[in-house]
Amino acid sequence: MFLYWEHIWIVGLALLIASVIGVPLGIYITGHDQVATRVLNSATVLMTIPSIALFGLMLPILALFNMGLGKVPAVIALVLYSQLPIIRNTYTAIKNVPPELVDAAKGMGMDRWKLLREVEIPLAIPVIIAGLRTAAVMNIGIAAIAVYIGSGGLGVYIEQGIARVYPEMILSGAILVSLLAIIVDGLMALLERMATPAGIKLQRTLAR
Amino acid sequence: MITYDAVTKIFGTGREAVTALDNVSFNIPDGEIVVFLGPSGCGKTTMLRLTNRLETITRGNILIGDLNIRDTDPVELRQRLGYVIQAIGLFPNKTIAENIATVPKLLGWDKQRISERIDELLEMTNLEPEMYRDRYPAELSGGQQQRVGVARGLAADPEILLMDEPFGAIDPINREQIQNEFLRLQAKLKKTIAFVSHDIHEAIKMGDRIALFYKGRLVQYDVPEVILTQPKNKFVADFVGADRALKVLGIMQVKDTINRKPKNIINGSDRTQDALKFLDEKGFRYGIVVERGKPIGSVTQKILKYEECLVRDVVEPYPLLLKERTSLRDVLSFMLMYDAVTFCVVDENGSFAGTVSYNDIQRVVRESYADEAESNGDEET
Repeated sequence: MFLYWEHIWIVGLALLIASVIGVPLGIYITGHDQVATRVLNSATVLMTIPSIALFGLMLPILALFNMGLGKVPAVIALVLYSQLPIIRNTYTAIKNVPPELVDAAKGMGMDRWKLLREVEIPLAIPVIIAGLRTAAVMNIGIAAIAVYIGSGGLGVYIEQGIARVYPEMILSGAILVSLLAIIVDGLMALLERMATPAGIKLQRTLAR
Repeated sequence: MITYDAVTKIFGTGREAVTALDNVSFNIPDGEIVVFLGPSGCGKTTMLRLTNRLETITRGNILIGDLNIRDTDPVELRQRLGYVIQAIGLFPNKTIAENIATVPKLLGWDKQRISERIDELLEMTNLEPEMYRDRYPAELSGGQQQRVGVARGLAADPEILLMDEPFGAIDPINREQIQNEFLRLQAKLKKTIAFVSHDIHEAIKMGDRIALFYKGRLVQYDVPEVILTQPKNKFVADFVGADRALKVLGIMQVKDTINRKPKNIINGSDRTQDALKFLDEKGFRYGIVVERGKPIGSVTQKILKYEECLVRDVVEPYPLLLKERTSLRDVLSFMLMYDAVTFCVVDENGSFAGTVSYNDIQRVVRESYADEAESNGDEET
């Protein structure tokens, strides 16, 4: 049970930090096309690095601060991996707000901040949360691998199962990880629905 | 008053520079609707967007009253100018009431005042407040959404309204109705309105004046009658269309050509033979029969000749009576429908006000074209 909470804790913390960085960054780059391409490309490159390799790469760097192993590098890696779905979804969602709405809002005298708060974010929020959802599910899987740098969590079962050549243990670890992923996915879907403004939901139902 | 003074707008720089507006000057008088008309890409929408600084002017000045808009804060300027756009642009995440409240809220009105204003505007635009306040835009028809769009533009009671093809997104029947409602509203509100349109019919109907744009230049700026009857060059003539004589009739009304003192009036209580003598002496083929100030019909010499009674007993009633505000286009259509060449006009009380004949209509059309014939030679290019 402790390992379960430890796993949730690592993923949760990483997601929190990732969204604090990723969402504002995603919003910022909607106004700066050149920066946007660079940021999105970098996030894509980050995503392609295999997780084991990333842990290995971070080890010597973080070792300088005496944090080469344990939860800190695990959380950092998860934050990095989360950037692509979070930034990309935020960016796309804001960009997809119909231009006539932006035009109307500006034309009536909303400043950049009001436009964002009153129009763009309410319309983009479902897609932004969908990005968080992808990141969360993905991170639950990756966090299991982080056990090799001593992060703890449900990966411990898998690691030890492999070490002891004990398939039942590996399987139970894998099942627990999957179960957690499924539960979190469901909860995030619920959040996504709750965050969708009533008017948008109506629009969707009536459009069918 | 909005004054456009040598307004030039260039998009892009260097080789890719496109001149959207080239040295355009005119002004919009207080309380009038000026339609910015022209084909797409002519600069009419750019002109509107320069006015509330959604685009930045390259050269020249735009003044609102005495205020040069260059000296204003764009956000404050836009809050002062009502804005209605073609795609309506209602925020789908907000209720109708919240949508209308947008500008008042930006201006920091208190809740009570906003709420009262919302009800007032909904009633003004023919939407039941109780029914629509808390609905979302998705639940409304296109026409209703457009009404809300207008209400939202009027919310903070701006002196000036900028409208970018505001009725473009709705079907013709609804559009006609909303245009009429809007004109009635404008008669009361007397806003100063810049109204972008690509539709000549709409421009004639809505505009006190029309500013006709072509390729970034202001080709002609005048009242609709003059644009129709004295197009400045071939482009204008083509744009207003070959049927512009009919369009002129569409804006002219009975009162522009009414004959208030016809001489062939007969009293209903006269005897037929007296009436016949009267018509014969004056040389009229028929007479208009009026009784107690109201027209009851017409009689011809032919009918009178064989009757020996009172005129009112042989009168042929008119199929319909015209009002002074009836458009000449409608009158012409009635003439064709009823195979008649003259109609009587009555005032609000139904009293006789005069007559309109086919010849009268022909004469006004001819007169309004008289100037064009002279200027045709040198202006056509």
